[in-house]
Amino acid sequence: MKVLKITPAELDALMQQWQKQYVVFVPASGKSAAVSPDCAPGWKRMEAGSAPLFLPVGPTPASVKAFYFPQPETLLTYTLDNNHPDKALMRESLKPEAMQVVVGVRPCDAGSVALNNLPYSEDPHFQANRRRTALVGFTCDTMLSTCFCRQMGGSPMAQEGLDLALSRTEDSFLVTVVNEKGASLLAGLDLTVAGEAELSALAVRRQEMAASDSAQLATLKAAELGRLYDAPQWQALGDSCINCGACTFICPTCYCFDIQDEVVWGQGRRIRYWDSCMFPLYSLHTSGHNPRGKKVQRTRNRFLHKLKYFPDRFGPFSCVGCGRCVQDCPVNIDIREVMNDLTNDLTNLTALE
Amino acid sequence: MTTVNEKIGEEIRVQARKMLAEGAVVAVIGYGVGSLPMTARPMVARRPEDCDKLIWSSFCVLNLANYLPEVLKSVEPPHGPRDPKPPEDSLPRVAVLATGCWSRNIVVQIQEHQVARTRVVVMGVGSRGMVSRRKVESLFPGKEILRVEEGDHDLVIHGADFTETINRWSVVRDNCQTCTHPDPVLVDVRIGDPVSERKNPKPFKQVEEIERLSVDDRWAWFTTEFSTCIRCYACRNACPLCYCPTCFVDDDKPQWVGKSLDTVDTGLFHLLRAYHCAGRCTDCGTCETVCPMGINMRMLTKKLNKDVLNLYGLEAGMQPDAPLPLTTYTLDDPQKFIVTEAPSAKEGE
Repeated sequence: MKVLKITPAELDALMQQWQKQYVVFVPASGKSAAVSPDCAPGWKRMEAGSAPLFLPVGPTPASVKAFYFPQPETLLTYTLDNNHPDKALMRESLKPEAMQVVVGVRPCDAGSVALNNLPYSEDPHFQANRRRTALVGFTCDTMLSTCFCRQMGGSPMAQEGLDLALSRTEDSFLVTVVNEKGASLLAGLDLTVAGEAELSALAVRRQEMAASDSAQLATLKAAELGRLYDAPQWQALGDSCINCGACTFICPTCYCFDIQDEVVWGQGRRIRYWDSCMFPLYSLHTSGHNPRGKKVQRTRNRFLHKLKYFPDRFGPFSCVGCGRCVQDCPVNIDIREVMNDLTNDLTNLTALE
Repeated sequence: MTTVNEKIGEEIRVQARKMLAEGAVVAVIGYGVGSLPMTARPMVARRPEDCDKLIWSSFCVLNLANYLPEVLKSVEPPHGPRDPKPPEDSLPRVAVLATGCWSRNIVVQIQEHQVARTRVVVMGVGSRGMVSRRKVESLFPGKEILRVEEGDHDLVIHGADFTETINRWSVVRDNCQTCTHPDPVLVDVRIGDPVSERKNPKPFKQVEEIERLSVDDRWAWFTTEFSTCIRCYACRNACPLCYCPTCFVDDDKPQWVGKSLDTVDTGLFHLLRAYHCAGRCTDCGTCETVCPMGINMRMLTKKLNKDVLNLYGLEAGMQPDAPLPLTTYTLDDPQKFIVTEAPSAKEGE
């Protein structure tokens, strides 16, 4: 992979250049005054001459999920106008084709795209968004105490899922051109190629930061978590949980949705919007029966989906360790504690046998 | 030296353990240690040995009355929908920690028949004001807070490369700073010392600032403030007033509110939620505190609290025997808000 050097001033100029060609999104600092329909909360659309990139320590306030799985996304449109020959005929809605460049992405979020791509591999909407989105990421110099990407098999220096990966050096950035899409973002630019010393320093950092704590991951993966379905800890979690959707909505790897028709003045659209397994309505059957009618069942489901059902079906865990849910859960439910408790329970179970 | 909150914590553990051991209650709703600095985790102690985990701090920000109806229900012996409900006084009792505003919410829950008074043991704690984690974090931009030591009047903030002492009251939540009733109005078991009423000449200062704006500026404030809402409903689910089996936003026959992030839908959700809380909200600040996007939706309920106080002279949960202002009709109800035609035309009807 080609590694180039870019100074902060050159990066600003380059972003201004992208802004002319593409739709560019950057993390929002504070409240964005007017959220445009194509922009998710927590991000803002870059405008000409806007301030330099604001990059918080740790993950961006909102994950990149909304660029692939917008909230909401119009799937079909139709008219209910009686005089229209195509009345009630569903038409695929026109998808925006313009390339969007998301700048300021952290490695954890970049990894989440690949995970969501597993259930959505045949979803035309997700795939179309994937084709038109380029991720320009920054590897992490500092990890927050809530970051646990290394426990989930990731790394703060990882570049998987990014198109351009920038790593800070003393006075500038090293840009790793991860793929063709990344190369196209740098087309026509004359950047210096990184020297041997810089490359080896980068390799050393990457090596040092690589996944270190995957023992727990292996224990959880090898075990039959279904045996802990009735473990007492779920009751305690269910007691604390208020069943809001904060964790699922800020989670980069939660991808559940619901579909609904909205009709305004005879013009209809079928939208898909984020849903959360924390909501009682999520699993409510038409009959009135709810297989997850109790709070504790819903709380348990969220964790077991991430740690058992998803890996059973697709392989990896459905978590990248960004720590957003740990930071923002209104009642401080901490997935790291849940994983620790499950691991301990499993160890105890094995010891008993 | 033991701080006031540590002493309160110890009393909570002693009293809770005693009540559970004696069988006076079957569950105690309280707070346990959080996994991050400046957090505390709501928990339910069901066995005497669980009580060792109970704590009290300046970070107990979620209103525990929120859990009360559900925990009460969970400890009832199972009965089918057609079985007669056993009499309330034969059902197991639950203890709950309550500060001023939380206890007022319990009063509202009793007035609204969500909670039976005989089944609740209120462990009353005078509130010294809860600290806003966001306010503290905003004092240290770009830095991570790794540990916070709590004194009676100071907080010592530790980061990787700094230690700083800040005044506790300066980072107390806005709603606690303007609170006038910090002491519980309903107490069965007193924890710690009572706290006296606070004088506050301008309890609605923040609301009045917004009221003074022009219509356009108020609209701009509203649309900006709520633009980042992700409809996770943390505000609703954390609120002790929101106990409807089906919330109006979840209803789809008829559907009152759209599900997308359209400004109209998001705004409608927040406005309707606030109006559902009119005359019932105690300004406990939980909605604002739990919002992952930092939206100050409390301004809406605070404005309605002001209106209810001006129109009916009532504050929610302060008068257990007074009728609820908005579910009771009296002939002298203020009705200035009713749009009428010219007085002469009305008289001619």
